[in-house]
Amino acid sequence: MRRKKLVTYSKYGYLFAIPFIVAFSIFTLYPIVYTLIIGFTNHAGIIPPKLAILEDPLENFKYLFKKTPSGKTSFFLRGLSNTARIWVINFIPQISLALILAAWFTDNRVKVRGQGFFKVVFYLPNIITAATIAILFRSLFGYPIGPINDLLKSLHIVKDPFFFLNKITPTRAIVEFIQFWQWYGSTMITLIAAVIGINPEIFEASEIDGANRMQKFFKITLPCIRPILLFTLVTSLIGGLSMFDIPMCLSAGGPQDSTMTVAIYIYNEAFSKPYKYNRAAAASVILFFIIIICSSILFYLLRDKDAAKLQKLKKAELKKARLEAKGA
Amino acid sequence: MANNEMAPMRSKTKDSILFKTMIYIVCVLLAVLSIFPFWVMMMNSTRSTAQIMAHAVGVVPGKDLMNNINILKKLKTFDAMTGLKNSFIISAGVTILSIYFSSLTSYAIFAYEWKLKKIFFAMVMGIMMVPGTCTLIGFYRACYQYHLTNNKLMLILPSIAAPMTVFFLKQYLEGALSLEIVESARIDGAGEFRTFNTIVLPIMKPALATQAIFTFVGSWNNLFLPLVILNDKKNYTMPIMVKLLNGDIYKTEFGCVYLGLTMTALPLIVIYLLLSKYIITGIALGSVKG
Repeated sequence: MRRKKLVTYSKYGYLFAIPFIVAFSIFTLYPIVYTLIIGFTNHAGIIPPKLAILEDPLENFKYLFKKTPSGKTSFFLRGLSNTARIWVINFIPQISLALILAAWFTDNRVKVRGQGFFKVVFYLPNIITAATIAILFRSLFGYPIGPINDLLKSLHIVKDPFFFLNKITPTRAIVEFIQFWQWYGSTMITLIAAVIGINPEIFEASEIDGANRMQKFFKITLPCIRPILLFTLVTSLIGGLSMFDIPMCLSAGGPQDSTMTVAIYIYNEAFSKPYKYNRAAAASVILFFIIIICSSILFYLLRDKDAAKLQKLKKAELKKARLEAKGA
Repeated sequence: MANNEMAPMRSKTKDSILFKTMIYIVCVLLAVLSIFPFWVMMMNSTRSTAQIMAHAVGVVPGKDLMNNINILKKLKTFDAMTGLKNSFIISAGVTILSIYFSSLTSYAIFAYEWKLKKIFFAMVMGIMMVPGTCTLIGFYRACYQYHLTNNKLMLILPSIAAPMTVFFLKQYLEGALSLEIVESARIDGAGEFRTFNTIVLPIMKPALATQAIFTFVGSWNNLFLPLVILNDKKNYTMPIMVKLLNGDIYKTEFGCVYLGLTMTALPLIVIYLLLSKYIITGIALGSVKG
């Protein structure tokens, strides 16, 4: 009797998951497989020829890494290094500032007022369309007339207007700044939630033991929020590796391809002459594997240490408790 | 003796006042940094190009808003009404489909025991990691095979399978719904599908609201996929319209560009300020559980 019941209900599990499975197969699974296949084929041009595997199936993949005729690093590799560079330079200050702010906002001795307001304001840039922000910054850093140049001139920092978006380092710096500026608020809110989730007794105990702010931060807060740090790191990495909107709208990947990310490279290969869908597909496949490898490494590195550290902390606590019991 | 004891105390409070002041200074500076670009954008949208050329930083509003609106209308490339309409249709469609079907899917995982459930859930977790960039080419070519090129449906229908939302809602169900309620509905003779619609969905309301906000905003702000899929001006979404403000005809119309930007940002700012409470808790919730 009972068994029969279970069987009839399990049917509904499948039934309710069907829409997801169907939509997933049509719009995600099939495109993934199709992208992988296209990478090995002759699929290119406005009206691509019939799909056929290339004589050298790896031709598209090889092209991605081959030096350009003039002996420069390939566009794909340059895109990859630009992406990595922009992500790293935005992420280090982003996570640092978010950590500092999270530590301040959760410090029960200081009690910062207006936290609600600050959270709302810091998160504001994240909610606005990235394309809008990129064009806005393009206007703000305009040359010869733009608000930033105006400010710099009136502060007598520069004499003549500075053409930011015509030079490699300033343009990269602007992209990195926008990324940082859009995301530190979100990271901060995430980390605050994590810090609040730490058992307050740990902090109280450390305060009784006379731990100062720095010690509390490095010895308790950081180890305890390791899983959330991992989460932030992975999501930020995946987002960073597929960065498109900001460099595309700000400078179209320029100047001299210095802000050309992998996503922009894929877009340009596929949707401008000569419409090399196969090369773009090959690049997507490599990006896909890079993301998988990077997140696996991160998971591996952080998860093991985390468990070990927690165990150590627990042991230390036990020891302390025992010693205290003895002392009493 | 008393003095000796007081001295370190006093220096400690002094220290903490200094520390507090530093925190407030940093926070206020960051707040200014967050608001300043948008403030300049809004002020400049009400100033004429000549005024902006004289002083590019506008702190107070000017009087040329109507004038800028007229120029923007005349140039025609940036068509805010079409952009808003398309963005709204797509984002609303995406939100409705993804919310309804994600709750259905998460309920299937939560409430029933079925053989392939574990594999299915692992798959959901796996796809969560794959960004759209990686599947773009196949997706674009698939549009041709489905005969849905330049069609908004290609942006709306895929949201039936939204792994992130499924994952979040499943976590929520685990905390909010006890299977006893479902059992008692069964005893009362309600069908499974009816139980889901009349009992489970209402219980999920708070989580659905949070997810709806994030899904809507995410879809509204998306540039990459619409840019690839939609190539007819009639179908352009707001972010694509914004990208057009980059064009040559706007090179000399500063006020007009700022106005276009304001028109895309202002609705989001207003909605954000109204819903900020839910959004901020939403981020915190999603992260701790995810």
